[in-house]
Amino acid sequence: MKWETVIGLEVHTQLATKSKIFSGSSTAFGAAPNTQANAVDIALPGVLPVLNKGAVECAIKFGLAIGATLNRVNVFDRKNYFYPDLPKGYQISQLAKPIVEGGALTIVVPSTSSGQSEERVIHLTRAHMEEDAGKSLHEDFHGMTGIDLNRAGTPLLEIVSEPEMRSSAEAVAYARALHTLVTWIGICDGNMQEGSFRVDANVSVRPVGQTEFGTRREIKNLNSFRFLQQAIDYEVRWQIETLEDGGRIEQATVLFDPDTGETRMMRSKEDAHDYRYFPDPDLLPVRLTDEWIEQVRAEMPELPQVKLAKYRMDGLSVYDATALTSSRATAEYFEAVLASLSPSPSPGGSGEQAKLAANWVMGELAAALNKAELDIAQSPVSAAQLGTLITRIQDGTLSGKLAKQVFEGLWEGAGEVDAIIEARGLKQMSDSGELEKIIDDVLAANPKSVEEFRAGKDKAFNALVGQVMKASRGKANPAQVNELLKGKLQ
Amino acid sequence: MSLSPDDVKRIARLARIETSDAEAQATQAQLNTIFDLIATMQAVDTRGIAPMAHAQEVFQRLRDDAVTETDRHAAFQAIAPAVENGLYLVPKVIE
Amino acid sequence: MSDTSLSTLAAQLAAKQVSSRELAQTYLDRIAALNPSINAFITVDPEKTLLEAAAADALIAAGQAGPLTGVPIAHKDIFCTDGWLTTCGSKMLHNFVAPYDAHVIQRFKAAGMPSLGKTNMDEFAMGSSNETSHFGPVKNPWNPAYVPGGSSGGAAACVAARMAPAATGTDTGGSIRQPAALCGITGLKPTYGLVSRYGMIAFASSLDQAGPMAPSAEDCALLLNVMTGFDPNDSTSLERDKEDYTRDLGKPLTGLRVGLPREFFAEGLNNEVAAAVDAAVEELKNLGATTVEISLANSKLAIPVYYVLAPAEASSNLSRFDGVRYGYRAPDYASLDDMYCKTRAQGFGAEVKRRILIGAYVLSHGYYDAYYLQAQKIRRLIADDFNEAFKACDVILGPTAPGTAFKLGEKSDDPVEMYLNDLYTIPANLAGLPGMSLPCGFDTRGLPIGLQLVGNYFSEAKMLNVAHQYQRTTDWHARAPEGLK
Repeated sequence: MKWETVIGLEVHTQLATKSKIFSGSSTAFGAAPNTQANAVDIALPGVLPVLNKGAVECAIKFGLAIGATLNRVNVFDRKNYFYPDLPKGYQISQLAKPIVEGGALTIVVPSTSSGQSEERVIHLTRAHMEEDAGKSLHEDFHGMTGIDLNRAGTPLLEIVSEPEMRSSAEAVAYARALHTLVTWIGICDGNMQEGSFRVDANVSVRPVGQTEFGTRREIKNLNSFRFLQQAIDYEVRWQIETLEDGGRIEQATVLFDPDTGETRMMRSKEDAHDYRYFPDPDLLPVRLTDEWIEQVRAEMPELPQVKLAKYRMDGLSVYDATALTSSRATAEYFEAVLASLSPSPSPGGSGEQAKLAANWVMGELAAALNKAELDIAQSPVSAAQLGTLITRIQDGTLSGKLAKQVFEGLWEGAGEVDAIIEARGLKQMSDSGELEKIIDDVLAANPKSVEEFRAGKDKAFNALVGQVMKASRGKANPAQVNELLKGKLQ
Repeated sequence: MSLSPDDVKRIARLARIETSDAEAQATQAQLNTIFDLIATMQAVDTRGIAPMAHAQEVFQRLRDDAVTETDRHAAFQAIAPAVENGLYLVPKVIE
Repeated sequence: MSDTSLSTLAAQLAAKQVSSRELAQTYLDRIAALNPSINAFITVDPEKTLLEAAAADALIAAGQAGPLTGVPIAHKDIFCTDGWLTTCGSKMLHNFVAPYDAHVIQRFKAAGMPSLGKTNMDEFAMGSSNETSHFGPVKNPWNPAYVPGGSSGGAAACVAARMAPAATGTDTGGSIRQPAALCGITGLKPTYGLVSRYGMIAFASSLDQAGPMAPSAEDCALLLNVMTGFDPNDSTSLERDKEDYTRDLGKPLTGLRVGLPREFFAEGLNNEVAAAVDAAVEELKNLGATTVEISLANSKLAIPVYYVLAPAEASSNLSRFDGVRYGYRAPDYASLDDMYCKTRAQGFGAEVKRRILIGAYVLSHGYYDAYYLQAQKIRRLIADDFNEAFKACDVILGPTAPGTAFKLGEKSDDPVEMYLNDLYTIPANLAGLPGMSLPCGFDTRGLPIGLQLVGNYFSEAKMLNVAHQYQRTTDWHARAPEGLK
């Protein structure tokens, strides 16, 4: 039997606010235990929540970015359950009237078979605001567990997708696109190690052609894209094997163990909580006015999908445009390079320059950054420098090969482009008299190649070009060499 | 409708209140007299009536995103049943 | 102590006829003498009281006194008070020394009013007789065999016994008004949102409201001036201009339209109470008021609605009492789960557990719509009745409770019988309206009878004047139980 995988993701993003969602405590990561947990966070008797405007604005930005419906009136509910990292015995969340409903995200799935990447639109169900829980530390305190409530009350946006993904690759592509978006619009720092972006995956399988969904299991708390992929792949294999062996899938919550690469049951449906949701009487309905939404919209950067479309208009491939919009810093760097080109690219005629700039940003620069483990924002080569370098290629001062040497100089901090060209003597030879002399010398020294060329062997021509380039120590303009050499040999 | 002792045990479990079978029996009888009282509201036709969750029809006031709190964990933990190294201690949590 | 009205005490302090310390000591002495028999206070700490009184004296000496600076007050043990044991009447908080002040406490501190101590109450404010307190029942000062009402029973009893000139209370379903009625004092529950709930240990958040309890309406007006005001720490606190609740005191009642709800004078009302309330109506007519019969048809559903909504909110509000961060933790347990279950089974009393169970049930899967949502819808019908009624009248009048004080133990085995005591008070909580109780007579056993006024939203000043005008021509509120020892 052939099986189809069905995946929906629930992503918890920590919102990048200074203070908590319902209290004035700091959300900074890494403080000593319970030093950032105030009376509200530890749920002293009598304390009350007061909603952070910044958290709501983050949610509004997200809703705008995915083209969702922003519920003009949305409501906080209490989700009741007992757990030591949940001080009130309930989590304040949004159930019936979340702030964001609907919307969609375009993802690019790298296809393994054809090598062609494929665009897909994934729809979102909803996104709602809620508070994070504290942390249970299981190191041994005389057989006890330690509770740190610093994280309790950190604002979260839980983003729920429709079950529209059909492979782990799609799930990862969606998670990456979402990660890019939330960091791009500045609502989340995206730090997965610190738990700022946590993924739960609902996974089920069904025979190809069947319309109903199979029974799903939820894999909790995946904190890297790699684990997301591994966990789904394992889970799908396990579910198919179980079904093919005549077994049944029970609805359950499972955990992924990165050490074994396996998922294991955390709780079954029978143990599922009865959360007794009801509207939080301490918090009144939240109203979003059109005016407020427009204010928030005005503060938002241009979105990745808008930039991607623009880059494609400039003639870049889906692959290039996707890579350049993989982070806001990359796109901004790329645009700064374009802006510093001289002459600056003209609309419609910019394709070649854009392609050249894209190649440099994603080629030489990306490789160097990767090797040095640097972020593009920390690049030792500025966008303006790279722009000048590209300008020098375009005006014929530098060949591609020489440009790479200049780039090395820039990376080392040896100065500006023109100074490096000057100091290292990297200027491309443009004096045809000088070049002609070199060509004459080469022709004289290689009569055998000349003979072979005349006998119809094209390869011999390339050998002669190589000799000329070598004799010019790489500074000859290859196009010019071609032209002059052809003239002399005819 | 009336609650069975099993219903009582189920909700006592939800509420994390230890309840023996004998207590569940006694509680069941009391709760049922209360639910008889409550049942009088169930015949009311409330179609088209919007639920009233708050006494005032006003919207949420919002707080500016600013850190206003200082560390008071020493004072807070002075009244805690069990703490160590700044952590609240509870019996081992098994996940 | 003859005249202990707050305005008189304030005048004596201002004229330096008495110091705050002396005044506080007088009350502390009376508490020491009477509290062992009445049990109105859970915590008294003379040292702290006298320190606060000395600070008030310093303010007076420096000419920085406010209207009530130096006048002592007793606080219900539901308000978190920095450095004071704050138990909420429960074993669960028997050891809880609050590390912060409730907003109400801050306001009284800022007004320079020393605290005489923390008053006894039904556990987590759940009760109408003060018999659910972990710290023993409060006795009614008019007859110690009778209950003082609840849940602010300690507050009502200490004011009635003149152990304090005034007290704070809270009212979720009648917890200020019913004990005020049963103890023969005046008490007011303000419009929901006027007094911050921050630091007031929550029972049912959408209904809870703090208010003043004192012998007279004038006292209550002065206290309300201190208590009310916007608090950014309470999201349901209303942003309104500051009012002077004494501003209407002295206005004639000519033309006042008093609404008499048919349903509040129906079956179930004690005859002596009915007669006293009727007499009060006649008195108001003499003062220039007119009466109009109104209907609050859905108010008969107030008790069932309340016993769904209040327990639902309470079941969630009381989940924080889990033995982890403060308060009681069971001594022996086998696991985390066992620790929770034993802590909560041992730390909560029977009535609190009952209400938590009701609340968990009505919110649980499959029952929410039939119970919780249905109750919220009827809550709106009840509020709509009031809106309609206030088109025809300025204030609604009726009995506060169906009877006078009952004997200790008389109703404690029958929760439903106990719940029916709040028949007339609950509707105002559900609608969020202000309500007050004032003394209007005594029954043949010598127990006080209470009269209830319910006003439209934010009409506290008007209600207080109605009560004040009545109290200028009657002396029920000025009577105190005799022979207390």
